[in-house]
Amino acid sequence: MGFESFGTVSFTAEAKVADFVTYLEQGKVMATRCKNCGAEYFPPQMDCPRCLGTEAEWFELKGGAKLITYTTVQYGPSGFEDDAPYTLVIVDFADGLRTFGRLSRDIKESDIKIGMELKVAPVKQANDRISYEFQKA
Amino acid sequence: MDEDVAIIGVGQSVFARKCGVSVRELCFQAYKEAMEELDITRDDIDASITCSAPEYDKQRTPSGLISEYLELTPKPAFYVESVCSSSSTGVRIAWSLIKSGLHKVIAVIGFQKMSELTSREAAERMGRGGDIIWESPFGVTMPAGYAMYARAHMAKYGTTEEQLARVRVKNSSYGARNPKANYRKELSLDDVMNSNVITSPLKMFDCCANCDGSSTVIVARGDIAKRVSKTPIWVVGLGAATDTMTMSGRKSLTGLECSQEAGKQAYEMAGLKPEDIDVAEVHDCFTVSEILAYEDLGFAKPGEGPGLIDDKETYVDGRIPVNVDGGLLSKGHPIGATGGSQIRTIVRQLRGEATEAQVKGAEVGLVHNVGGVGQYGNVTILRR
Repeated sequence: MGFESFGTVSFTAEAKVADFVTYLEQGKVMATRCKNCGAEYFPPQMDCPRCLGTEAEWFELKGGAKLITYTTVQYGPSGFEDDAPYTLVIVDFADGLRTFGRLSRDIKESDIKIGMELKVAPVKQANDRISYEFQKA
Repeated sequence: MDEDVAIIGVGQSVFARKCGVSVRELCFQAYKEAMEELDITRDDIDASITCSAPEYDKQRTPSGLISEYLELTPKPAFYVESVCSSSSTGVRIAWSLIKSGLHKVIAVIGFQKMSELTSREAAERMGRGGDIIWESPFGVTMPAGYAMYARAHMAKYGTTEEQLARVRVKNSSYGARNPKANYRKELSLDDVMNSNVITSPLKMFDCCANCDGSSTVIVARGDIAKRVSKTPIWVVGLGAATDTMTMSGRKSLTGLECSQEAGKQAYEMAGLKPEDIDVAEVHDCFTVSEILAYEDLGFAKPGEGPGLIDDKETYVDGRIPVNVDGGLLSKGHPIGATGGSQIRTIVRQLRGEATEAQVKGAEVGLVHNVGGVGQYGNVTILRR
């Protein structure tokens, strides 16, 4: 499976990192580490511009994550009309990887605080789509 | 000075929600204004550079079309794109082509006819503005990207929504006097604060509007510039930089690193410092973008940008006047035309022709033009 089922609306399917979606199905949100030089990437990538390696291993994004910033979108683009309002966030993991995604709808906008502790989890969406979101730690 | 490069002509169309003419006719409006004041004809132009964001164009490869309509064939025509900063990139390329000796006089023509798309088509393209694998599937938008910068700036420095709103109040006061601006009403602090939330903390009046519009900048080799222009405006500093497409790739969320880097390059090339700038045009696609620009360009220290607007230091009689033509917020933002419009404003300021809001005795001006949510940064320093 590729990226055709990822997120609310997907725009492309094929990628060498399509296993990201397979891991999501298995309940894991993954990043990559270059097998040659050890550089870590999120978003994941198989190719390493630092050492020109083309193989990477997957590792799970786990542990404490902290909210860096957010916005609650009231008007979404095409395909997101019924989705809004939704909250987009940037989150840092303890090991330094910075990630982007959605905040769980279980957290009210008035309860959002920059610096709050979060965890990442895969979420199944309508129409057999899959994504990940950030939830209260 | 013969090897130097100057701007000899500038023009722009009226920016409007719907221009009601074709793309070639729209471009002609700006080209006419730029050329009318010059003692040269189309025969003296030896290349053209057309600038737009192609995802909004119906016409494929518009550079050939514009070249034909202006009767510039068989001179070479080039096409450049860096989304919202396309025409600043165009001026940078023109500078290099002249400096290399390949060309002498180049017309840089920027345009966008956003009304060619239905609002549904525009919304579809809006969705593809982010990284289409990793971030667009979450529903990221341009305003959302800048809203995340706003929120991070507020959290780190205590910046308030009122301070953001004050940027719009200032720019609307100048936009009201600009006959080429799309939005010509003055807005009060209450008007801005009470407008609908688009993507928190940004409200409707914190955002610029999509527009139709065109701009033209005629760039020439120094010796020709001196011969054909009463007041050539010299390109003394150029800076260009990029930052990541993904929001997760950004090291800082309280400033645009592409602006900081482009600014550094431009100041260094010009041998100038932020305090030497008499008047500036910065890329205020959102109110927060102008605050970030104050800091990224060194007009204020990090975190002290909001103080500049509180103290009215960026008004026309302040320490560093910024966007005294209304900015993108009032003029509107026809993507490919925007940089050329900003350059036009600074050229008119340095010539002392900005009758609507002239900064007295302005000698050095700066143009800051950003593509995407801080993906492409261009800074151009001009001198009388």
